[in-house]
Amino acid sequence: MSVLAALIRRDLLLALRQGTGAGTALGFFLTVMVLLPLGIGPDQALLQRIAPGALWIALLLSVLLSSDRIFQADYEDGSLELMTMGPAALEIVVTMKGLAHWLTTGLPLAIAAPLLGFLLNLDPALIGPLVVAMGLGSVALSLLASLGAAVTVGIRRGGLLVALLILPLYVPVVIFGVAASSGIGGLDIATPSLLILAAIALVALVTVPFAAAAALRAYMH
Amino acid sequence: MKLVAEDLSCERGGRAVFSGLGFSLEAGQLLLLKGPNGSGKTSLLRLIAGFAEPAGGDIRLEGGHADLTIGQHCHLMQHQDAVKSALTVEENLTFWAGFLGGGDIEAALAALGLDRLRSTSAAYLSAGQRRRLSLSRLALVPRPIWLLDEPSVGLDAASLERLEGLIATQLASGGLVIASTHVAIGIEASSELDLGARAEVAA
Repeated sequence: MSVLAALIRRDLLLALRQGTGAGTALGFFLTVMVLLPLGIGPDQALLQRIAPGALWIALLLSVLLSSDRIFQADYEDGSLELMTMGPAALEIVVTMKGLAHWLTTGLPLAIAAPLLGFLLNLDPALIGPLVVAMGLGSVALSLLASLGAAVTVGIRRGGLLVALLILPLYVPVVIFGVAASSGIGGLDIATPSLLILAAIALVALVTVPFAAAAALRAYMH
Repeated sequence: MKLVAEDLSCERGGRAVFSGLGFSLEAGQLLLLKGPNGSGKTSLLRLIAGFAEPAGGDIRLEGGHADLTIGQHCHLMQHQDAVKSALTVEENLTFWAGFLGGGDIEAALAALGLDRLRSTSAAYLSAGQRRRLSLSRLALVPRPIWLLDEPSVGLDAASLERLEGLIATQLASGGLVIASTHVAIGIEASSELDLGARAEVAA
């Protein structure tokens, strides 16, 4: 356990010191949310209708923005190679780094979403479902982003490529995420959409580490 | 513990780097790798650490832990220093101690004379100091096999002496050390492998 704790602690500390942490993601999230009503105009009914969808799009763009660095720094300075020589399997290392990315991006954004939702006249009744759906959905977003980051780790300026590879995989997350946070099927939190979202997150948790670790091994050989 | 390589060959980018190479290294022995640039010293160390598949032949470890790979028995020091500039010297070591399953941070700081730099951000270290921080992993976590790729690069005389002391201690406690170096280090090598001479013979 201490092996995994050491890795997460270091990644959080690095995110904090290098300005790639929650602050940057939140700033980006806020900027998009401020720009949107300016672009669409002060139609409160329209803003309320598109609020959950707009928050979700901003969330996945924020996650993507920070994704290409998940493995790159460690790959370039040799840390990743040394990690494969440690007691933890590379698959576990990948999972922990994805988790650290979620803690610095997805989770803070999910918590901040209701606040920023007021800029879009978000229906207060949707706050609960939105936070839960975003918290859960962003797990899948971070994990998929780490898969994209692993596949492009050896490519300089691979950020755009990550977006191209990963955005199609984000489609189901967005569909069920928006459905779960729009009050479709009642205002219960545990709607079928949320359960499907949870299933997507779990499938990503099981499959992404193997795929990403295989990609990283291929680069190191 | 015994590390044996038999009839080893290595290819990089379709070009044969070396072939038919063999050695046998027992506990407490130092193997020095010599040869000009491109003769395959780094490739050999990376083969042993498990970062490449040999094109032919095999490497095996006798008397190691059956559950661990050869790489998990090794410390590998290469030109990438795996030092995080955003962390202090002590934080860098704390991470590796935790990640590699527990280590003695004080011993590591003392071994390479980094005591006074412990709270310094690694971003402010000189190249030689970064190198020392990287090398201090050797003293941080005990591992039976050390793979050192040009360990003396960038070190001053005092630090080189400390490194020689570390190697001597490792050998005395039954460890294996394989080092590639251009500079003579003050320890009698048990055996030497001249990859450059072999290449010329092969040609």
